[in-house]
Amino acid sequence: MPTDAQRRIGGVPMSVERKVTSQALSRRELVERLFGAGASALAAALSGGASVASLATAPPARAAVQDGGIPTKRKFRYGMVIDTRRCVGCRACVVACKAENKTPPGVSYTVVVEEAVANRFDEKPIFMTKPCFHCENPPCVDVCPVSATFKRERDGIVVIDYDRCIGCRYCITACPYGARYFDFGEDYAPVAARTAYAAVPSPEYGQFRPRTGSSPVGNVRKCTFCLHLQDSEGRYDRKAGRWPACAKTCTGHAIFFGDFNDPESEVSKLVRERQPVRLKEELGTEPNVHYLL
Amino acid sequence: MNARGLKRLFWVAGVTLFGVGLVGWYDRLTQGLLNVNFSSVVPWGLWEAGYIYFIGLSAGSFLISSLVYVFNVKRFEGIGRLAVFTAIVTLVLALLMVWAGLGHMPRVWHVLAYANFKSPMAIIIWLYSSYLLLLVAEFWLLLRRDLVAGAGEPGFRGTVYRVLTLGSRDLSEAAARRDRRIVRVLATIGVPLATIFHGGVGALFGVVAARPHWHSGMFPILFLLSALVSGGALLMVITAVFQDGWRANRETLLALGRMVLGLLLLDVLFQLSEFLIAFYGGIPSHIAGLKLIIGGSFWFVFWWWQLLLGTLIPILLLVLPTRKDPRWASFAGLLIAAGFLGVRLNIVIPGLAVEEIRGISQAIASARMTTNYFPSATEWLVTVGVVGLGLLLFGVGELLLPKEETSASGVMPISLKRSFP
Repeated sequence: MPTDAQRRIGGVPMSVERKVTSQALSRRELVERLFGAGASALAAALSGGASVASLATAPPARAAVQDGGIPTKRKFRYGMVIDTRRCVGCRACVVACKAENKTPPGVSYTVVVEEAVANRFDEKPIFMTKPCFHCENPPCVDVCPVSATFKRERDGIVVIDYDRCIGCRYCITACPYGARYFDFGEDYAPVAARTAYAAVPSPEYGQFRPRTGSSPVGNVRKCTFCLHLQDSEGRYDRKAGRWPACAKTCTGHAIFFGDFNDPESEVSKLVRERQPVRLKEELGTEPNVHYLL
Repeated sequence: MNARGLKRLFWVAGVTLFGVGLVGWYDRLTQGLLNVNFSSVVPWGLWEAGYIYFIGLSAGSFLISSLVYVFNVKRFEGIGRLAVFTAIVTLVLALLMVWAGLGHMPRVWHVLAYANFKSPMAIIIWLYSSYLLLLVAEFWLLLRRDLVAGAGEPGFRGTVYRVLTLGSRDLSEAAARRDRRIVRVLATIGVPLATIFHGGVGALFGVVAARPHWHSGMFPILFLLSALVSGGALLMVITAVFQDGWRANRETLLALGRMVLGLLLLDVLFQLSEFLIAFYGGIPSHIAGLKLIIGGSFWFVFWWWQLLLGTLIPILLLVLPTRKDPRWASFAGLLIAAGFLGVRLNIVIPGLAVEEIRGISQAIASARMTTNYFPSATEWLVTVGVVGLGLLLFGVGELLLPKEETSASGVMPISLKRSFP
């Protein structure tokens, strides 16, 4: 059964894993949860219709998002190694992310913070580009009252189900790294003025939602490692340009992206051979973004 | 001012605040969250502070009502029903406050349907949904006999009573005793329920390790204690104004004053412990929030509002001979109840208004990325409207609901003493 998201993107093949539940499915799920299997069976028996029966037996939408929900060894463990010595503070990553994800004002999935260093021979501060760290133990996920945000089983990317999120912002308070942003519904002038630019939807999650005032307005938003650029297997391809926008555009090649499960990946080698640090290790979140100082 | 004058003030204030508040609600419902001043750095603000304030008042006044219905404390019998009514009204206000803050207000049912019980927020929402039902059931049982007695009256009041009886016609003493028994069971269930959910509201903040200002085992305990203090203080005010006012409830009011004083001193002790331990340790992230409280841009909330008006003056009023005057005592209650809004603001905002990553608020130029937070007009108006609604609900309750120990149609009042042999 095609979801709304699939319909919206037309002929482009998108994997079900990437979809976040559509509103229609959520409602059905509600009915299932409220009345349990007995009610579904009763409904099927009463109507005798095949459509109701198929609805009742279809797998829940969220299971599809979480790859069946069975804890299996993860296929990929995507992460980054960011070399702050290579970073010149040009903020091309911030702009590239904006262009890719069409984020509104005040929402920036990656930012560059800078800190002056004392007793340095030149004036260069430390620049630190900071996307979501897609932690191994994400504290934002546990606090969500409706399980709208979760860590994907297949690749460990922490995502948000825009149709389920109620916008309570508890996850923003729980993230120790300031990686989450609330979409208050503000727009850049060309979008607000409904110019041609406004007609280009964000490709986030492969959902291509038009900016109409409904979700993701009123939702918490965050970096997705540009997962809409994955193929159906969940792989990125740098040569084909299917690579997180910030890493793709980085002028100094300071942002290394890859799969920590692959011992031969660039990021695995960097973590193995250099001495990277992670932020706030004391919290036990185990971020998947490492920094070289 | 006499009790009648106080009541008139109540009505005027209620209608005005509610009317002004409608402007805020109109803006909230038509513009969404465009005109609020909280941000991605300080994602919670006045509304969430108001939420924990009202939920504390509810838990506190319910726990005080349980002194009557569970622990059989005769001193507070006269305000038992008033306390339960207060618990219902303030719970409704609390839920309105937190609802206004949701990015998707119509999706509030998701919390019940898709509850993630690893989240303290989901747990407490389930708990106070049950608590609301329990309160309503308990309150109905407390009123049932009076409602049945009043149902025969002609006019609007009689009609309302007939609807509220839900078809019950039994005026017998046996039925009244049965009501009391069920009330006792409900109230007994309610005590752990209120304790857990309000402790849970403290835990909602306490579990957030990312915010060192909140991350303390003291939080659930402090929340419970401050609920009792603020709930008791509010009940003092309500007792002075409603029913037969401070003249009739003199002894009850003074007893409440003594209890609130003791609890307030205990609360001060706990707060002091929190400050002293943190400052001795001196870990920068742990004291950042406390530094904001005592010396940030809103230092006066702590020093003037919370400490002077909400703590020192009421303590003096309840210690000095003024403690024997129900008017002064209830004024002290008013100060404490108002002061606790300052306490709530100083829990929510300083915990958030600290950069988690140094420099992040300067990283992009946006009003949604700043540690500075002051509520916008919309936020104030929505809050004012909720307060006004609260006053109106109390007013309607006073007008329509049967009074304690009396009965509209002259039927013998039900003595609580007889109910608990």
